[in-house]
Amino acid sequence: MSQAVRRYEETEQHLPIEFADYHESVKITGFWFFLATDLLLFASLFGTFAVMRFDFAQGATPAQLFHYGPLILETLLLLTSSFTCGLAIYQMRRNNQKGMLMWLIVTILLGMGFVGTEVHEFVSYVGMGATWHKSGFLSAFFTLVGTHGAHVTVGILWALTLVVQLVQRGITPRTSRKLFTFALYWHFLDIVWVFIFSFVYLSSMTGGRIA
Amino acid sequence: MPKRHSPRGRHRYWLTLAIALGLTVSGCGQQYVVLHPKGPVATSELNLLILASVAMALVIIPVWMLFAYTLVRFRDNPRHEGVFVPKWQSSRLLEILLFVVPLIIVAVIAVPTVQKTYALDRLPPKKDPVVINVTSLDWKWLFQYPGQHIATVNYIEIPAGKPVLFELTADSPMNTFWIPQLGGMEYTMPGEVLPLWLEANKPGVYMGRSGQFSGTGFVHMVFSVKAVSSAAFNSWVQQVKTTAPGMSLATYHSIVKIGTMGHESFSSYPAGIFPTTTHGFTLTGSSPMKMP
Amino acid sequence: MSHIIAELFPPSTLRLFELIADVLIVLTTVSIVGVLTYTKKWVWLWREWLTSVDHKRIGIMYLIAALVMLFRGGVDALLLRTQLAFPNNHFLGPEHYDEIFTTHGTIMIFFMAMPFLFALFNVAVPLMIGARDVAFPRLNAVSFWLFAFGALLLNISFVIGGSPNAGWTAYPPLTELRFNPSVGENYYFLSLLIAGIGTTITGINFMVTILRMRAPGMTLMKMPMFVWTVLVTGALIIFAFPPLTVSLALTLFDRLFGSSFFTLGHGGMPMMFVNLFWLFGHPEVYIVVLPAFGIFSEVVPVFSDKKLYGYPIMVASVLAITVLSYGVWVHHFFTMGAGPGVNAFFGVSTMLIAIPTGVKIFNWVLTMWGGRIRFTVAMLWQLAFIPAFLIAGATGVLLATVPVDYQMHNSYFLIAHFHFALIGGTVFGVLSGMYYWWPKMFGYMLNERQGKVAFWLFFIGFLVTFVPQYMLGLEGMTRRMYTYPPGLGWSSLNLVSTIGAFTQGAGFLVIVYNVLWSMRYGERDLTGDPWNGRTLEWSIPSPAPEYNFAIVPVVHDRDAWWDMKQSGKSEAFKVKSSAIRPVHMPKRSAMPFLLGLSFFVVGFGMTFSWWVIAIIGGLGVLASLLYGAFDYDDFEELDPEVIRRTEAGLGRLQA
Repeated sequence: MSQAVRRYEETEQHLPIEFADYHESVKITGFWFFLATDLLLFASLFGTFAVMRFDFAQGATPAQLFHYGPLILETLLLLTSSFTCGLAIYQMRRNNQKGMLMWLIVTILLGMGFVGTEVHEFVSYVGMGATWHKSGFLSAFFTLVGTHGAHVTVGILWALTLVVQLVQRGITPRTSRKLFTFALYWHFLDIVWVFIFSFVYLSSMTGGRIA
Repeated sequence: MPKRHSPRGRHRYWLTLAIALGLTVSGCGQQYVVLHPKGPVATSELNLLILASVAMALVIIPVWMLFAYTLVRFRDNPRHEGVFVPKWQSSRLLEILLFVVPLIIVAVIAVPTVQKTYALDRLPPKKDPVVINVTSLDWKWLFQYPGQHIATVNYIEIPAGKPVLFELTADSPMNTFWIPQLGGMEYTMPGEVLPLWLEANKPGVYMGRSGQFSGTGFVHMVFSVKAVSSAAFNSWVQQVKTTAPGMSLATYHSIVKIGTMGHESFSSYPAGIFPTTTHGFTLTGSSPMKMP
Repeated sequence: MSHIIAELFPPSTLRLFELIADVLIVLTTVSIVGVLTYTKKWVWLWREWLTSVDHKRIGIMYLIAALVMLFRGGVDALLLRTQLAFPNNHFLGPEHYDEIFTTHGTIMIFFMAMPFLFALFNVAVPLMIGARDVAFPRLNAVSFWLFAFGALLLNISFVIGGSPNAGWTAYPPLTELRFNPSVGENYYFLSLLIAGIGTTITGINFMVTILRMRAPGMTLMKMPMFVWTVLVTGALIIFAFPPLTVSLALTLFDRLFGSSFFTLGHGGMPMMFVNLFWLFGHPEVYIVVLPAFGIFSEVVPVFSDKKLYGYPIMVASVLAITVLSYGVWVHHFFTMGAGPGVNAFFGVSTMLIAIPTGVKIFNWVLTMWGGRIRFTVAMLWQLAFIPAFLIAGATGVLLATVPVDYQMHNSYFLIAHFHFALIGGTVFGVLSGMYYWWPKMFGYMLNERQGKVAFWLFFIGFLVTFVPQYMLGLEGMTRRMYTYPPGLGWSSLNLVSTIGAFTQGAGFLVIVYNVLWSMRYGERDLTGDPWNGRTLEWSIPSPAPEYNFAIVPVVHDRDAWWDMKQSGKSEAFKVKSSAIRPVHMPKRSAMPFLLGLSFFVVGFGMTFSWWVIAIIGGLGVLASLLYGAFDYDDFEELDPEVIRRTEAGLGRLQA
């Protein structure tokens, strides 16, 4: 009899709360597959950036655009938010609703800080005349980093609906599964950012020597 | 392309209709351009096609026969007579054979494929090629001869018995450059320069066309290739130089405009209309194809 | 006002065919609305179908949509063939021809082949693994409605605004604004993006269903072969659709928002699109062919009355094909100057795919060897597949031979090759599956004699259409030519090909007649097992009840149902009243339909750059998703009494 298949739809108390209910645990499996598609989406965008990163045409070059200041701020905000998100899950498993909500809200605020910094960075580039119309490089840059930013924005909206649901319903197998999938998504975005940080910013700022 | 061998050709026209299925790859008619190569590149491509076809026939014909035999022998009959082994589902020897035999056949094709793929990517040694810069436009072909400094539209003349190096680009949507009797095609793409070498064995007129759809006028992107002796080629170049008009930048822009065109010749062309850089990299030398 | 009308109905849509299509669409819509109102079926339609999350109903809706799309794509094909029947023909102009070949390819691949397969996934997979439904029933409905509204968006392009006209591959820069300013290409990109989201969800859904919801005892190596192919197809979809999404979205950005990915100038790189597109495009071929292989692996054992030969090797072959299919995409553009090293690698990797494919064909023949072959319609389609797919495979190896491909690329040889693969593989496969599972879907059989007439017409028509096209390729005819001059030797072969196409069309009409006739007069399937089947779906009544299995079966062997019948345990399908427990059933929901509709509004607004409409649609999407997030009342426990009553009505209940 296969182990992965729990056919008899019973709750299994020895598992963490988000896995305990059969139907909810199936949704976590599904979410992992969704993350695989999202990973491939980013991989395609990274590939596009990799081949187009020297197509400057008449547009600005990375050396003229990128600065360490906003980059480090964004990185700090997002990495910290990933940590606080982990704390929220920890409190959820301890069945501490208050602590869970607090850390979740901190996560949301850090995420908002990240998006705000990124929007400011993009606006400053456009202000310097570096729109994505100018070159293949800029198109690929704005799309890759912007897609990540859009994901973070969607994550923030998602987390806000979760706050409402968790306040309304408390920590149940279903709400805890929802929070757990959100956490998977949030950590995933964090990892994608590490790659953006290294292969888009650092590598371009050092003239392609790290890549 | 003008039609040759007309009486026989017309005869065959009706013949094909009658025995269209039987003809298959035998392709006796001259209209099977791929099967009647007129140059070394097309010939080696055809040889590989024949090799691969024979190898494939060795696979599929026995399987067809086995298949037909199985259907006849094991068809159900009203009394359910005959051999019946409902649980037979594996045989180690057969399974090994099933993987090994196809692997051998694939190897038979793969080895010459790899060899030829490399060989055809290099110009033949010790022959000074004629270089032609090809630009596909909406919906016409512009040819520049950097060595002779002349340009033509929708036709070229080449010396027979000498390799010709085509450098291909586009100032339009993509097309492919194809002269079936001389050899296979290559894409023309904006912002890229791709090399392709071909050669005609003997003088003749060959059809060229685009193989990649590029809009409503794409069907008319046909050009003719006239292979002539070296002496005749040189005198044609001289003739173009002395009698044809020059091409100014304005002329070029009027050629680029969407529409079809007939054959044209120009005794000169403006500098810089053929790209010298792609994706920020300067093309080294005159040729992106490795010389031997 | 007048400029809006001019934008919706530019001169290019005011031609004879479009006007006929307009009239037909209006008449059909009016008559459907009329019939529904007259028979007071609106509520029934909404409650039982449009808001259904039952995998069997969703499967049937996919099937209907796919057959309609097969008709549309088939009519396109006949128009193309009519234009090419004679040299210098003036049946269609170049603009019109370009639009029709584009929609023919797009519809056949994305809106016919895929939904047809998804129909069979939905109908068969949960039943074959002994599950009550798919893993995510509501998302399953979302998939369907995204597909359906995506298909609708592409189809209205024919009468509103203008069709896409750059081929189903949509290579830039031809699809960029500079060369293609009309809205047609926007329709193409948006409809595929919307349908693509649905497809991705389907892939995830079926992978999870198969991995997590099998009946007890059904280990991976005891799964029916069709389930295996659906599993790997799910994996292929998950890996292949993101690159497609990116390639389509980036071109759309170029067109709508002025980015410079694939433009001519501004450092655009059209070749990147080609790479991304085929990174999707080649796995896509296996997405539509592997499930067909799976169907054949079900049909052959049943109609040979014999176990599938070499099951482990079949599984290994499917997995090998899946892995290899990611390493072959460059063979779609050997002639783009990637260099001999890259080309040689991809040529050889492509040839390697022939090995597992060849092994599978041998295994099917060996399954028949020593069996008792019954020539039913379902079996005939599979028997036609074997010789046809051998030709497709052999010519595929020729095309993988790089120097040969230099001559054959984009010629009619290629056209013939992939039509042999896609019709001989996928279309024969789904038709085989349709005839095979029809009784399970509807509870009655399709008439066999009519089915055989249809089969022979279609199969002969298929050969007559595409064998001459191989020869045309050798004569130097390239694809997507709207006309050709006489004197190249192409005329007679083209005429033969056109005659074949109309024969196929006649075959399709007989299939339609067969379905309509059988609806009225077809033999009822009272046993639930009309073919002497081998897998679990034949152990339950036809059509399957809402909850599928009154009692979840326990599996001991591959060919689980056949095993039960052999060992005399088939009495097990007599349901013991006391063993029936409540069943966790998903509730119907309007959310999937409304989500699809909202996406349609977004797509339509973006096509014309009417942002207000697009934003309204976007708000609809947001509202649907929020509704989904806050809806905790999405399942119910089905009362065992209801199950007892149903089973008793079918004469299957034991006290």
